[in-house]
Amino acid sequence: MPLSYVRPLQLGAALDLLRNNRWTILAGGTDFYPALQGQRPSTPVLDITALSDLGKVATTPDGVRIGALATWTDVVRAGLPAAFDALKLAAVEVGSVQIQNRATVAGNLCNASPAADGVPPLLCLDAQVELMSHRGTRQLPLGDYILGNRRTQLAEDELLSAIVIPRAASTGSSAFRKLGARRYLVISIAMVAVRLVLSNDNRIESISIAVGSCSEVATRLTTAETSLQGQQAETGVEQLLQAQHLAALQPIDDIRAPAGYRQEAALQLLRRTVADAVVAAKTAGATT
Amino acid sequence: MSDAPGELINGIGFSVNGRAIHSDEMPLQRLSEVLRKQGLTGTKVGCDAGDCGACTVLIDGEPACSCLVAIGQLEGSVVETVEGLAGPGEDGENLNALQQSFLQHGAAQCGICTPGMLMAATHLLRHNPTPDAQQVEDALGGVLCRCTGYRKIIDAVVNTASLRDVPGSPPSGAAIGARVQRLDGVAKVNGRDQFGADVIPTDALRLAVIRSPHHCADFIIGDTGQWLTDHGLDLVLTSVDIPGENRFGVIPPFADQPVFAEQRARFRGEAIAAVVGSAEAIARLDAETFPVQWTVLDPHLLPDQALLDGAMPVHAGRPDNVLVRGLVQRGDIESGLQQSRFSRRGSFSTPFIEHAYIEPEAGCAVVVDDTIEIHTCTQTAGMTREELAGILGMPEENIRVRPTSVGGGFGSKLDLSLQPYLCLAALKLGLPVAAVYSRRESMQSTTKRHPSQIDLHIACDANGKLTAIDFNGIFNTGAYASWGPTVANRVPIHASGPFYIPNYRARSTAVHTHTAPAGAFRGFGVPQAAIALESLLDRLADDAGIDRLQFRLNNALDNHQPTVTGQIFASGVGIKACLSTLQEAWVAAGERCAVFNENSTRYRKGRGVATCWYGCGNTSLPNPSTIKIAVNQQGQVVLHQGAIDIGQGANTVVAQIAADTLGVALSELRLVDADTAVTPDAGKTSASRQTFVSGNAALLAARSLRQLILREVNASDRSVVVMSAGTITIKDADQTHVLTLTDRPADSEGYVFCAVEQYNPPTTELDANGQGSPYAQYGYGAQLIELTVDVELGTVKLDRLTTAHDVGIAINPQLVEGQIEGGATQGIGMALMEDFVPGVAENLHDYLIPTIGDIPSFEHHIVEVADAVGPYGAKGLGEHVLIPTAPAILNAIRDATGAEVNHLPATPDKVLAALRQLS
Repeated sequence: MPLSYVRPLQLGAALDLLRNNRWTILAGGTDFYPALQGQRPSTPVLDITALSDLGKVATTPDGVRIGALATWTDVVRAGLPAAFDALKLAAVEVGSVQIQNRATVAGNLCNASPAADGVPPLLCLDAQVELMSHRGTRQLPLGDYILGNRRTQLAEDELLSAIVIPRAASTGSSAFRKLGARRYLVISIAMVAVRLVLSNDNRIESISIAVGSCSEVATRLTTAETSLQGQQAETGVEQLLQAQHLAALQPIDDIRAPAGYRQEAALQLLRRTVADAVVAAKTAGATT
Repeated sequence: MSDAPGELINGIGFSVNGRAIHSDEMPLQRLSEVLRKQGLTGTKVGCDAGDCGACTVLIDGEPACSCLVAIGQLEGSVVETVEGLAGPGEDGENLNALQQSFLQHGAAQCGICTPGMLMAATHLLRHNPTPDAQQVEDALGGVLCRCTGYRKIIDAVVNTASLRDVPGSPPSGAAIGARVQRLDGVAKVNGRDQFGADVIPTDALRLAVIRSPHHCADFIIGDTGQWLTDHGLDLVLTSVDIPGENRFGVIPPFADQPVFAEQRARFRGEAIAAVVGSAEAIARLDAETFPVQWTVLDPHLLPDQALLDGAMPVHAGRPDNVLVRGLVQRGDIESGLQQSRFSRRGSFSTPFIEHAYIEPEAGCAVVVDDTIEIHTCTQTAGMTREELAGILGMPEENIRVRPTSVGGGFGSKLDLSLQPYLCLAALKLGLPVAAVYSRRESMQSTTKRHPSQIDLHIACDANGKLTAIDFNGIFNTGAYASWGPTVANRVPIHASGPFYIPNYRARSTAVHTHTAPAGAFRGFGVPQAAIALESLLDRLADDAGIDRLQFRLNNALDNHQPTVTGQIFASGVGIKACLSTLQEAWVAAGERCAVFNENSTRYRKGRGVATCWYGCGNTSLPNPSTIKIAVNQQGQVVLHQGAIDIGQGANTVVAQIAADTLGVALSELRLVDADTAVTPDAGKTSASRQTFVSGNAALLAARSLRQLILREVNASDRSVVVMSAGTITIKDADQTHVLTLTDRPADSEGYVFCAVEQYNPPTTELDANGQGSPYAQYGYGAQLIELTVDVELGTVKLDRLTTAHDVGIAINPQLVEGQIEGGATQGIGMALMEDFVPGVAENLHDYLIPTIGDIPSFEHHIVEVADAVGPYGAKGLGEHVLIPTAPAILNAIRDATGAEVNHLPATPDKVLAALRQLS
């Protein structure tokens, strides 16, 4: 008879359990409990919160590793460089402080909602997800990992063990904006993350732009990125962005907003977030 | 064991408020459940999903929603709950500075969110003892409050460090008008208040309701006998188990709602059966396995569908799916409209609005001898008992309703919810049976604000004098009558607003659909009507070239002028006073907006004003309140106060009136709360009637008691009465009498002197044209909002709300402000975000209500135009305060941008669409 709840202390033991059974993985619980709708879980539960090997936020020679146990609050408090400001701004918009203290960033990616707050900033950081199983460890780009609305590449015997941000992507400045119908405790209508690196002559050397809640999976907008690449980082540069740069979005009508509004709002939000990022980059440049 | 919520291995050890806990609960149990089972019911459960924050506790010093924490994760953790805040002492009355600050600032109304607010604030203050308002908002943003409007909570936290001594209770004769702290407040800040879910004995059987997942469907229940056995349950109840009538409703002639549907379910969430078992068996139950066959029918979800020729009837005997129509007319509407210089038309609509009190319905029924006792959160003890008597087929004397504290009501807890199921089950089994609704079933099955579709045509003459209003409103009343007739009657009376209108016609129709019953919600349809009227008043004022506030002042009703029902008040009509009071702020707001807008294109500021009037008490129907006040042999004054306090403050206000009338200090009153066995019926907490009607009953009762006492020694009415242990001292002009109570005969309740008095407001019936005196008093008000519109995104930020409400006399100014801020915040939600879509928004993250970050700053002007019949001149207020807010916001959006939003809520997409229409 399978155990209905287990909280192993060793990562190896957890991976062995995953090998032999179908489990629901529990970490922060903030998606787990609401999804139950008052019912008992239909599969046994593997609580990973005692697996200290999974770790929280760590800076390594290769980049930044956000372990599976890192909460949003951990990310905010980790003293990460400016490239992570977008992620931190997203962190403080996830639900409420109460949620941020328990919910993990990794869990946000496992839940894979189209409105997952962590995805746009992590896409801008070229994040890789690390998946572990008894078969070994694999890494894949976040953009490949999420397949659709609440669908991911996580196999039944796998654990999302960490989010890895390569050193090369941990540079520059970043910004994030979330649009909702109220101030706190809100699921976004649209959200935008931007990370950019300025050259010595004050041009946009590289820029990453990602939009969430406007398609089944949050997505990078490469045409928008291309349109800004090489431009002078001056106030007003964001006005170069036009509706056609958002053609890749496929927003839907739902209770939060109609698709047409989302598409329109995303452009405004994008311009503002780019402007925020330019200001942040220039401020950083002025102080270094 | 595999189906249990987590296998127990070694038990889990953690500490709560410094006390070590070794829990043998299953590790997947939510911390909130475990705390509550330990008797720590101060931690409240509002949604079980992290959407409301009521269950906030500190875990290792950090705030968390305890409903989302598996106790299996807490090994070695330190948990702090609201019960741990007060200083040493068994009674929890040694309040800390934050708790005291909450009471001083009036930051707790119903008190259901208070523990969550306090715990979130505790964390903030530990790290930042002197936070600013923004920091408080960021820290408390995860806790929803539906009563207060948040501002007093922010003030309480900001000012905790600089808290001054609590002002003492007012002396004899000074209670009325004093900013008295809630008399029931201490329990609301120390976690000891007992709400519906807090009175459930741990060993009570639990009940679960089986509900229709379909909007409209016929059904046949299968073999439940085997199913019960398979699921380890004790009892199933269906319509055949009802000894009395399987029908209830708040308005007896229209009662049409079955306790359990028979053959056809008429809305999603309607009960078809209930099952009872041990707490474990009910927790394990998957209601979807219940043996029932559904035949799904095409539902009417909108009045347009139900009103089509040949549409399937929702009820036999209600032709055209019309429940009831209302009409008020006066003068000659056709010629009034035709002969006017300016006129405006508009179509407006509002959606279902959910009450979203943070406390879901809960209760427990217990059989005591030949009586069934129901402990439950309700806005009415007496009416609950009447309705239960009909369902249970029992005399009212054998039913005792014992209201618990109520974690918000706003109208919906007037109707029965789980009480009949609990009573039926407890009577069948002879054992205590309890239930707590989930957020989802609370939202699915209880009443909502009526959605409205309003066509309005208004006109004025060349001088801007209103000449005619033609109002036609269709209200979706849902599957059952509930308060639909009240809405249909109230709306035509109020659709004129507080203005003099010589030619008037207002028609209303309540239409049945296959949705949750629409019932009472703060204002009974009047807020919907005000949105239409106040929007068009602005447009008409512009046509006439008159300042929008001045236009309202020019048309405001005055003493000696007939209302649209022909009623004439010789005094007390306060709308002019309210509007005049706002004039200075109105001008200043206009200047601020102009200065800002000169240099801004992306953001535009605007100001908007709107008014309200609202009749206090039932419409043309008797609605008496009875209050009892007595003195016992020990010399204690006992106030039997059956006016249920759902947070608004009746416990305090009624006592203030009684104390001053009797001539004793407020602190000398002992309060006995509503309980059908010990308090006379003070009627429903609805219709803004408790201060007015129960207040008058308290005044009469206290005056009678005073006369009884004075008569005993033949003292004059100027005498001073002093209560002390076992005696009453009566000091007349030159004589002092001492009445010894201990040797006087006492009645069965131990009272030496006892007075019971009733007050029923004088009203008359309305004739076929809606003419008559439906209310003995109206209250009046006006609100001015300033806001900022982001014209690229359509978002709206509220800057400042200036209010002027005429309350006759403010019995308790702090409670008055609390009502205004809380009601206005519900108006904000109605204006900007609230939209209950049946089957979709059945939780508090898809159904949005304002958070602490969505409110403006407030500035209040309490206007006091004494009422002829209110106690000491006081008028009701509870519902008035919500009415002007939403239209003022819409008017300010239009002022800022020109955008006219006629269909609520004004979400960013609708504001942006309205902006696009301009260009």
